[in-house]
Amino acid sequence: MTAVVEQPASGAKVKRDFRLIDSTLRDGSHAISHQYDVDQVVSIVKGLDAAGVQVIEVSHGDGLGGSSFNYGFSKVDEMQLVAAAVEATTNAQIAVLLVPGIGTVDELKRVRDLGVGVARIAVHCTEADITEQHIKMAKDLGMEAVGFLMMAHMNSPEGLAEQAKLLESYGADTVYFADSAGALTTNAVRARVAEVVGRIDVPLGVHAHQNLSLAVANSIAAYEEGARNLDGTSAGLGAGAGNCPTEILAAVCEREGIATGVDPLALMDVAEDITRPLMPRQQIIDRAGLLLGYSGVYSSFLLHAKKAAERYGVPEADILVELGRRKMVGGQEDMIIDVAVDLARRHAEREAAP
Amino acid sequence: MGLPVAIIGSGNIGTDLMYKLERSDVLDLVALIGIDPASDGLRRARERGYEAPHNGIDWVAENPDAVKIVFDATSAYVHRKHNEVLQGLGITAVDLTPAALGPKVIPPVNLGAHLDAPNVNMVTCGGQATTPMVAAVSRVTRVPYAEMVSSVSSKSAGPGTRQNIDEFTRTTSRALEEIGGAEIGKAIIVLNPAEPPILMRNTVFCALPEGTDHQAVIGSVEEMVASVAAYVPGYRLKSVPLIEEGPFHTPGGVVPHRVVVLLEVEGAGDYLPTYAGNLDIMTAAALRVGEAIAHHRADTAQEVTA
Repeated sequence: MTAVVEQPASGAKVKRDFRLIDSTLRDGSHAISHQYDVDQVVSIVKGLDAAGVQVIEVSHGDGLGGSSFNYGFSKVDEMQLVAAAVEATTNAQIAVLLVPGIGTVDELKRVRDLGVGVARIAVHCTEADITEQHIKMAKDLGMEAVGFLMMAHMNSPEGLAEQAKLLESYGADTVYFADSAGALTTNAVRARVAEVVGRIDVPLGVHAHQNLSLAVANSIAAYEEGARNLDGTSAGLGAGAGNCPTEILAAVCEREGIATGVDPLALMDVAEDITRPLMPRQQIIDRAGLLLGYSGVYSSFLLHAKKAAERYGVPEADILVELGRRKMVGGQEDMIIDVAVDLARRHAEREAAP
Repeated sequence: MGLPVAIIGSGNIGTDLMYKLERSDVLDLVALIGIDPASDGLRRARERGYEAPHNGIDWVAENPDAVKIVFDATSAYVHRKHNEVLQGLGITAVDLTPAALGPKVIPPVNLGAHLDAPNVNMVTCGGQATTPMVAAVSRVTRVPYAEMVSSVSSKSAGPGTRQNIDEFTRTTSRALEEIGGAEIGKAIIVLNPAEPPILMRNTVFCALPEGTDHQAVIGSVEEMVASVAAYVPGYRLKSVPLIEEGPFHTPGGVVPHRVVVLLEVEGAGDYLPTYAGNLDIMTAAALRVGEAIAHHRADTAQEVTA
């Protein structure tokens, strides 16, 4: 069964208290090991667009250029997926994510030619100064530039505000912070949002993960403290235990009297009828998912750690805890192999000891 | 007396190179040139008795006969301007930025290939660390696709690297192809702010086609690691090269296996502490190239005299 959704009456003014950015086709890509095909992208874009979502992000999970040994190869070239998304949308803008160090401005130019309007430039939350050339290029190309600070639990509210100011100084139209490890408690989110909104003149957005079961609560708290952009994915599809599920966020917002401009029932249909059927596993908070949030580990490491655990015969949980101890940041997926090999060696040495 | 040389760029890399040049028998450092008189690098250069001008490339133009080689440790953007001046004066440029104007040199692979070139490029720190590994694999089997991931501590990545991170990925991926011998190359760099700072880490993945002799791959990689370690003592394998089973759907086609080479580079601690192996591998390689050029000129001069 496909989702039956209706377009909002044309010309009608839609009231929105914040802007919802959907990342099912970017962050969600992690959960399906970057195996999206064109048909799936088209049906999700159509469903989200009809439900009133304003911005839909499409890229490899690790951003443009992410298709690699290190992060997993895309089944279908992301440029084809982006082109299909642009083709399928009527009202929503298509966005991309770019992580400097993985992708380059060359990919930004290519997606601009395809019709992408929003460039999200993502960086570890202490390294904002590597984004200058990319944010400026996005602006030169006439795109909205969003500066996106990842792993926000690894910086203080003040430190995050400093980094946000840098992004703003390069020309970012919107600044985000992402709880990429799903490690922030609600009070920690409040403190960060309050500090950052007080220091920048552009709107702030927050991207939450579900590893501590707080994605919706943290998103609402972020809104209450002044964030005016929130991220989510359909059915929570995403790295780790998943993202903030948009259909739940929309439902909660309606109960709270916060205008989203999206139709919760339509989002529920998309989640149930399109997204869930393509999920290889449900987005539950199992031990590994919880450990990500508890140990402060990048959510995208989850499936790579499962694979390394199988390959080297060591417990997945031990790999995740060790990655947290070593303070690995997003992008260092190769260190999962390193940790697994180290653990296997230590295990073998213990076995061999008399 | 050795060949007189100067370094332009008094940041992390230029300052580290100063300490290495101090120990060279074939190159004589004359000046460390900067643009900020208050920079730590220039202060150290003055303390050690070198010229430490802060008028940048103008110093070279004003002293055209003072040096034969200039090591450029500024940034890709600035190097393009410097190179015009140097070429006009007939001074050889050893380029430590990712500008990649001249031929790329990775000492254990092609040190002798470009000794007469007016400008040679040292690729990037990650390129110096990983291209030899790809070359080691490609000398025993076809490499349809190779990828490197470099993690460096935030503290060791200076403003030049930060403002030009795209040049790093582009120049490095090209080096994996042109010098490493991969049909398709990809480069990724990650900055890690952990305290205490992490050692420089590099991981190399190579696609291994059906029928590859895995033992030959492992042996070749281990041999190449020894060649690099001969001039970068802190360069080492974290584990034996790993052969992992796929299939892997790479841009170079589907392959049944990949080799994963986990590398660590501990620095000599010349300027920044030992975590900054990324400085060492770059400056040690540049020193080796500078010395090779000096030897080559001495040999050529002898032949002419004889």
